[in-house]
Amino acid sequence: MSNSAIDVPSRGGFSFDLCRRNDMLAKKGVNLPSFRKTGTTIVGLIFQDGVILGADTRATEGPIVCDKNCEKIHYMAPNIYCCGAGTAADTEAVTDMVSSQLQLHRYHTGRESRVVTALTLLKKHLFNYQGYVQAALVLGGVDCTGPHLHTIYPHGSTDTLPFATMGSGSLAAMAMFESKYKEGLTKDEGIQLVVDAICSGIFNDLGSGSNVDVCVITKGHKEYLRNHLLPNPRTFVNAKGYSFPKKTEVLLTKITPLRERVEVVEGGDAMEE
Amino acid sequence: MSITEYNGSALVAMVGKNCFAIASDRRLGVQLQTIATDFQRISKIHDRLFIGLSGLATDSQTLYQRLVFRHKLYQLREERDMKPETFASLVSALLYEKRFGPYFCQPVIAGLSDEDKPFICTMDSIGAKELAKDFVVAGTAGESLYGACEAMFKPDMEPDELFETVSQALLSSVDRDCLSGWGGHVYIVTPTEIKERILKGRMD
Repeated sequence: MSNSAIDVPSRGGFSFDLCRRNDMLAKKGVNLPSFRKTGTTIVGLIFQDGVILGADTRATEGPIVCDKNCEKIHYMAPNIYCCGAGTAADTEAVTDMVSSQLQLHRYHTGRESRVVTALTLLKKHLFNYQGYVQAALVLGGVDCTGPHLHTIYPHGSTDTLPFATMGSGSLAAMAMFESKYKEGLTKDEGIQLVVDAICSGIFNDLGSGSNVDVCVITKGHKEYLRNHLLPNPRTFVNAKGYSFPKKTEVLLTKITPLRERVEVVEGGDAMEE
Repeated sequence: MSITEYNGSALVAMVGKNCFAIASDRRLGVQLQTIATDFQRISKIHDRLFIGLSGLATDSQTLYQRLVFRHKLYQLREERDMKPETFASLVSALLYEKRFGPYFCQPVIAGLSDEDKPFICTMDSIGAKELAKDFVVAGTAGESLYGACEAMFKPDMEPDELFETVSQALLSSVDRDCLSGWGGHVYIVTPTEIKERILKGRMD
């Protein structure tokens, strides 16, 4: 499209302008870059008065850890949160998109969002893209019909479960759930089980690592415990840090002073008639 | 060969005390052949906001033009500069729009907020934001930059020390990367001034 560089997209949706070029490059034998993944352990469970979600905080790009403390529990609505695994951009974009749709829906109806609404919006989008939007989600929340926990696969299929795991560490986490989960857990027991499941992912799955994030949602209340547990603190920091005695060789220095910020005072004298 | 390694690049941004640094190498190559040794990879969006674009140079320049265009439209409509956070969302949205046919470009964004709080951020080629509190890296020398920055970074550095740290990290990393190098380009931005420096590096 020749006009794609000048028009401002107001319609949204994906643009496939570069696909042909990129395909041509791929056929010529150059490798296309890999995307940032959240090789992840994400979990959720239902306890006696709500839902608990948990996630690790490692983001990877191939074998490189590119973020040691990222956020994988995304906000959907005040009473609904969603953990994301898969391609980072997709989980981020899909949860942001649905959370704004939910907000608009709340403005329209004036009621609290329901978890099934979020679930339907998410699966509709993912099914539309036939698995090419690579987001595997654990959706949890409490609404007027009680606590709900769902998993959503990249192709758009969904499960409704009392406890769920997703991501590359899902097997390690599920092992903990299968052996310890029971109905009617208290809040503290629930958090402990979620932490155990995430830790099992962190220590047994190489795609997962760093810290444990937890989010507890109960009727009319939520508690987002960012970095609830830090099982992998940095131990190799030099307290004094490095300092460099020899100055780097500089060829040219250009200093541009910035203009003073002007304070604009609202009001002032009224103009004479 | 990966397409992001076609031109070669090294980019790093670091946070200091009420200031930030963004630095890049100066080489533009076509695979192992060096084409230019004074290539500008970092561009100014406004006085307190910079973006560095690593990866395929043709895509970097196209993306940069679209970003400048969108920022100018914003300035006309809003009569103010974009906040760094807003700009990062704009870059992310432009990249994610091309989710299935991406620009081969990994941006690094660094800016000062109105309250002089530094903001740095990087993304992959389809706009997955990574907001860091300390430093971000991109380009073919990314792996070695991670190591160098991880060891050399200290929180709350003053501008002069920040310059020294970011320069040392950049120069030591590009020396371990064939595809980037030929000196460095460093911007140190404080609430009062922009200090732009060109570093001497190895020329091989």
